Amino acid sequence: MTTTTAPPAAPEQAVRRGGNSLTGTATMIRFMLRRDRVRIPVWILALTFAAVSTLANFEQTYSTVADRQSAVDLLELPAMVAMVGPNYAADEYTFGAMLGHQMFIFMAAVFALMSVLLFVRHTRAEEEAGRSELIRSSVLGRHAQTAAALLVVGGTNVVTGLLTALAISGSSAEGVTTSGAFIFGMGLALVGVTFMAIAAVTVQVTEYSRGASGMALAVLGAAYAVRAVGDVGDNGLSWLSPLYWGFTTRSFSSSERAWPLLLLVAVAAIMIVVAVYLSTRRDVGAGLRPPRLGSPSAPDSLSSPLGLAMRLQRANVLGWAVGLALFGLMYGSILDGADEMFEQISALQDMVADVEGAGLVESWVATVMSFLAMIVSIQAILAVHRLRVEESRGRAEPVLATAVSRRDWMASHLTVAFVGSAIVMLAAGIGFGATGAIVTEDGALFADMLLAATAQIPAIWVAVGLAAALFGVLPRLGSVAWIIPIYGLVIVYMGGVLGLDPATKNYSPFGHVPELPAADFEVLPLLILLAVAVVLTLVGLAGFRRRDLETK
Amino acid sequence: MTGVVKTFGQTRALNGLNLQVETGEVHGFLGPNGAGKSTTIRVLLGLLRADSGEVSLLGGDPWNDAVELHRRLAYVPGDVELWPNLTGGEAIDLMGRLRGGLDQARRKELIERFDLDPTKKGRTYSKGNRQKVAIISALASDVELLILDEPTAGLDPLMETVFQDFILQAKAEGKTVLLSSHILAQVEKLCDKISIIRLGEVVQSGTLTEMRHLTRTTVEATTTQPANSLAELPGIHDFEHDDGRVRFAVDGDQLDGALRGLTQLGVRSLISHPPTLEELMLRHYGDELEASNGGRHAASGAEQN
Repeated sequence: MTTTTAPPAAPEQAVRRGGNSLTGTATMIRFMLRRDRVRIPVWILALTFAAVSTLANFEQTYSTVADRQSAVDLLELPAMVAMVGPNYAADEYTFGAMLGHQMFIFMAAVFALMSVLLFVRHTRAEEEAGRSELIRSSVLGRHAQTAAALLVVGGTNVVTGLLTALAISGSSAEGVTTSGAFIFGMGLALVGVTFMAIAAVTVQVTEYSRGASGMALAVLGAAYAVRAVGDVGDNGLSWLSPLYWGFTTRSFSSSERAWPLLLLVAVAAIMIVVAVYLSTRRDVGAGLRPPRLGSPSAPDSLSSPLGLAMRLQRANVLGWAVGLALFGLMYGSILDGADEMFEQISALQDMVADVEGAGLVESWVATVMSFLAMIVSIQAILAVHRLRVEESRGRAEPVLATAVSRRDWMASHLTVAFVGSAIVMLAAGIGFGATGAIVTEDGALFADMLLAATAQIPAIWVAVGLAAALFGVLPRLGSVAWIIPIYGLVIVYMGGVLGLDPATKNYSPFGHVPELPAADFEVLPLLILLAVAVVLTLVGLAGFRRRDLETK
Repeated sequence: MTGVVKTFGQTRALNGLNLQVETGEVHGFLGPNGAGKSTTIRVLLGLLRADSGEVSLLGGDPWNDAVELHRRLAYVPGDVELWPNLTGGEAIDLMGRLRGGLDQARRKELIERFDLDPTKKGRTYSKGNRQKVAIISALASDVELLILDEPTAGLDPLMETVFQDFILQAKAEGKTVLLSSHILAQVEKLCDKISIIRLGEVVQSGTLTEMRHLTRTTVEATTTQPANSLAELPGIHDFEHDDGRVRFAVDGDQLDGALRGLTQLGVRSLISHPPTLEELMLRHYGDELEASNGGRHAASGAEQN
């Protein structure tokens, strides 16, 4: 019993000493401002400038009513809604409304990023480096460092928001109002403050600054994703995202409102209270979550180069698979509206594969599948580049000094790259097909889309092969492999919009994949792609056997 | 290894290197930083391919028979890098299994003696602890040959002693050890034979006794009687004498005579220290070292002499 009564005594003590727990806050504020005398002004000026220059840019780009109408059309695209949010002022799309609609989410995310990075820098990063210990041992209250960081970072947000508002309201652009400018600016500042408060909680949880900012930025990513899915589905899900609260003030529109900002204030206040409470429950330098210990001995799976490569890359493959499955789910969920969408927007028709005799939905599926495959090829190349990371960090050397041949070591990571990228592609296809089949009420579409996803795999494997060949033969030129996703995204995917000659697609492996389900299945191009991937891989394996290992 | 040459671009890292290690001996591989010790070891491991010359390891060719040879040896790099997400214990097991298995009882003993927490993740280990992980994994493997590249860098003196115990034990078991180091004292304690490498060439090779003439001990003493007479003894160098204090260097094989002379003069205090590798290299190859290592080294060397 005695042990259980001991812990509650600690907060009690903190309360008794509450009177001086803020001693030294002013000194800490001056110290932080001194450290960031360049960093903070740069953030403030860059963000203010971004808002003002975007507004000026809108005025130039969309000088006529017709231009603005075409922008409205384009922004109806689900992909655009997912990216910037739904257009709340389609009927009155002034430059002000453009700014509020197109720029808010993006700028708010940057405000949040700034807040998280600055806050962690002044709190957990200092503790991790051991400097807090030095400072806390002097005359400084328990909460002084946190309070000072909250005031400095919160103040930076408010100053940036106010400056942005002032700079915008000074513009004579059509539709810009003073009230709109202040709602826009304060919305950004309060999103920043909210994520600062979230970071204030995460820095209590883990003892690593990277972990703390990672957790807070993961919340930001989740807030963005939830809002994207909610906005596209128009189902109220967006209300779970702090980014949306700032957005839905509908600044510069006739339905403008300020009350959603109160939600941001409330959540920020709650988070700060939670953070302060948690900070009284831990030691300086420690986290609430103790550093995780692992197994003292290796599991049986960790007995071969392949086991090691799988262990090193499994989290990565899983993350990509989940991410692309969600991406696919999102695209699939808008498939039933595709017909309507295409009739309305001519700009979109340039984007999709032009296959004779195929419906627009099938062509759209083929285009999206190709796009997803290009994204997956990024994962595939990163998986191969793991070889280079292991080599240059000096972790390949001890492995290759054991009874592991160069071929086996390299092949282990390549196996993970081949199988992993296939899994990620299939996850994307399954996500895409699942919601696609549900919303179109066409069960057969699922199988078609799964086949379409499978057909992309050989093209992705060409990227694996190229990266492997470069690693084996020209390790310093490994980044040349990025040509495959870049060329694919710019030339093959965007080529229609850019008005490029369709023949340019032939230089990319993605240009040779049959456009399923719009076109018929053809096996020959896939076999050729597979052969190319195999030859490149063999070249890489042979090259690596011949060259020196790069050592530190 | 005979006449091995290895170049990296303009730099000639190994310049016709000859090295012979007999089965069952502990061979010290001494040289200053940048002399080519690690490059030699990496050629022996087949991680680098020699430009010319002949290399034979355990009767095989290190480049072509790498896998077969690596089953019979264990390697500890000078700068151990671990996987951030794997625990030390997992890394020990993994490396051991990749070599062909390790002795669990021995692994347990080594972890206890080296006082390593095997449940911590690689990213949280200090340099010394990362070094311990590689040493434990190597010593727990049942191999004929241990190749150790400055293995104790980052270990505290207590752990250094533990390491020496295990190397002597490995020697007693008949294992062959190639120990690279830039610390002469460490090599003297453990090794049967020593090869000294300098600028990519082995310049001296032999048993410790054969090398005695190379080592020169510095002696500082305060005596009751004037010590001028010592200067006449054989093997005495750099003799300095000032008001009862005497300081000189003496060749390793003449130390006995010098001390006999000294004790007759009424010794009140005595300090002696063995030569460092740097002193050794400077004494024997001073002028060339000056040219190759640049001014700072040369300047400090000039002051010492």
